[in-house]
Amino acid sequence: VLRPHDERVVVAFGQRDGIRVGHAVLAINGAEVNGRFTADGKDVLEFLGNPANYPVSIRFGRHRLSSNEKLMLASMFHSLFAIGSQLSPEVGSSGIEMLETDTFKLHCFQTLTGIKFVVLADPRQAGIDSLLRKIYEIYSDFALKNPFYSLEMPIRCELFDQNLKLALEVAEKAGPFGPGS
Amino acid sequence: QGREGGRLSSSGELFVLTYGALVAQLCKDYEKDEDVNTCLDRMGYGIGVRLIDDFLARSAVKKCRSYSETADMIAQVAFKMYLGVTPTVSCSSAAGNEFSLILDKNPLVDFVEELPAERASLCYCNLLCGVIRGALEMVHLPAEVTFLQDRLKGDAVTEIGITFLRKAEDRNGLVTTT
Repeated sequence: VLRPHDERVVVAFGQRDGIRVGHAVLAINGAEVNGRFTADGKDVLEFLGNPANYPVSIRFGRHRLSSNEKLMLASMFHSLFAIGSQLSPEVGSSGIEMLETDTFKLHCFQTLTGIKFVVLADPRQAGIDSLLRKIYEIYSDFALKNPFYSLEMPIRCELFDQNLKLALEVAEKAGPFGPGS
Repeated sequence: QGREGGRLSSSGELFVLTYGALVAQLCKDYEKDEDVNTCLDRMGYGIGVRLIDDFLARSAVKKCRSYSETADMIAQVAFKMYLGVTPTVSCSSAAGNEFSLILDKNPLVDFVEELPAERASLCYCNLLCGVIRGALEMVHLPAEVTFLQDRLKGDAVTEIGITFLRKAEDRNGLVTTT
């Protein structure tokens, strides 16, 4: 059962063959969809509802988060982080450092200036602590020292992206035992 | 960085010369010394709010637990890291929130002996005050930072005064008392 959600067409009910609730329609007959519309401008639900268009092949999957969605989720996490440090039975708790689930681990590092760096990784991935510190260095070099970057805004600095990518590659290659293994 | 055998390295010199050029230009732009000082402080502030993260990322220091530790950190770690000098720290109030940093050596004034007569109130190194103020604000320690004494003005020493103000909210929006 499909229904529209935000700017996408999303599975509301009926999981099978690896298609799960929450998955979005990514492509129809090989052509990627554009939000709620097919590649050639037709409304997806209308198109799929018309038997004249069958047989049809649909690709489902998790959609990539838009910048706005990322901002929303990040601010939710920021609030949870603050709540977490206030609820903590320990005085002066520094907040959520790690959130563990079956499928991933979320690591959070908060600087003394209040900036939070959040990394989502495989639960078995090691070396995230040093990765977080490395990202802090990359941020202070290529974002903060760029005179055209305004504080608190999304970072659109080429050098930042490049160096971040390198750091992630190093951390990934290291595997479950950390860099140097 | 900057000093080799007493002389500045080429990039250290370039930095000092650039700073001098900046002050000279501001003097052309503004008639009043106070305006130049304000401008330098504002520029310094803009640097400080960014430099603090570089300092924290590179020095990996732990959170300071008192104003006194903070003042020591500024003098012994930060000044050393960025200017290659270590001012002496002393606490100048019973309340424990006023400190002074005495600069014995100051690379920024290597090529300046004294201020010209028409610029007697100029705080040549006021950028530094802004940097310290901006940096402290980002770690939730608002402070007033000014030059209390200045060798360029004929005083015996160059002294920066840091007065820590009421503690601001910390990172998680909690106000804590010292």
